[in-house]
Amino acid sequence: MDMGTVPLSHYLFLSATLFVIGVTGVLIRRNAIVVFMSIEIMLNAVNISLIAFDRYMNLHDGQIFSFMVMCVAAAEVSVGLAIIISVFRNKPTINLDEFNIMKS
Amino acid sequence: MELLIFYPLASLCVLFALGVVINKSPVGSAMSLIAMMLGLAGIFVLLQAHFIAILQIIIYAGAIMVLFMFVIMLLNLKDKGEDKNWLSRDKNLLLTVLSGFLVAGVLYKIIEITSSIEFNSPALLPETFGTVRQVGTILFTEFVLPFEVASILLLVAMIGAVVLAKSKVD
Repeated sequence: MDMGTVPLSHYLFLSATLFVIGVTGVLIRRNAIVVFMSIEIMLNAVNISLIAFDRYMNLHDGQIFSFMVMCVAAAEVSVGLAIIISVFRNKPTINLDEFNIMKS
Repeated sequence: MELLIFYPLASLCVLFALGVVINKSPVGSAMSLIAMMLGLAGIFVLLQAHFIAILQIIIYAGAIMVLFMFVIMLLNLKDKGEDKNWLSRDKNLLLTVLSGFLVAGVLYKIIEITSSIEFNSPALLPETFGTVRQVGTILFTEFVLPFEVASILLLVAMIGAVVLAKSKVD
């Protein structure tokens, strides 16, 4: 390994770090929109891993897969934000601890 | 040379990701997230995935974040809906320790796998690696079924969002 190139493990550590930050955000924040943003961070962290393995093994499958991840992220965000809006219409808060309208 | 680009980009990404979690106002979180997406696009360029880097900017930093900002503005959130006392919520020590072991185990496995010889240096890439033509060719030949399924997924999500968010008719 010459000094100029980045080892694969660095990309994987970046990916793991971002994923852990995303998990932390989901766990400690109660604002529903920020929780959604943390889920986006996690999806992006997975994309880094996929693309890094692609580059180091000379494949394209990971890029296709991260394309699919982006599709799923777009679908998830549009439906999730629509759910937040429709819940907000019933009860004007986005604090997840107060989302208990399904509880009878 | 690559290292000199990688480390500033990676540290910026981590800082902005922390900014998303720590920031008090949702607008600030969204701005940090946009900056993180742009940094990740830079990292994708570094990994020779030009097509995915452009998609990252267009879809994530463009479309998805505009949707987030739109909802934040629409709901007009000042600082209600956020608790300041997440540190004082009840904790589960056993789960904390177990998840700590999980993270340590995953990191150990990453080190073990990537320190083997074959991943130490990047593969020699052809000129066309990661270009739109190359990725598109594979997308429309080998992965054409997942591609069509993804389009159906997006259609379903669009219909679902319209149905969920439309005002009540009854």
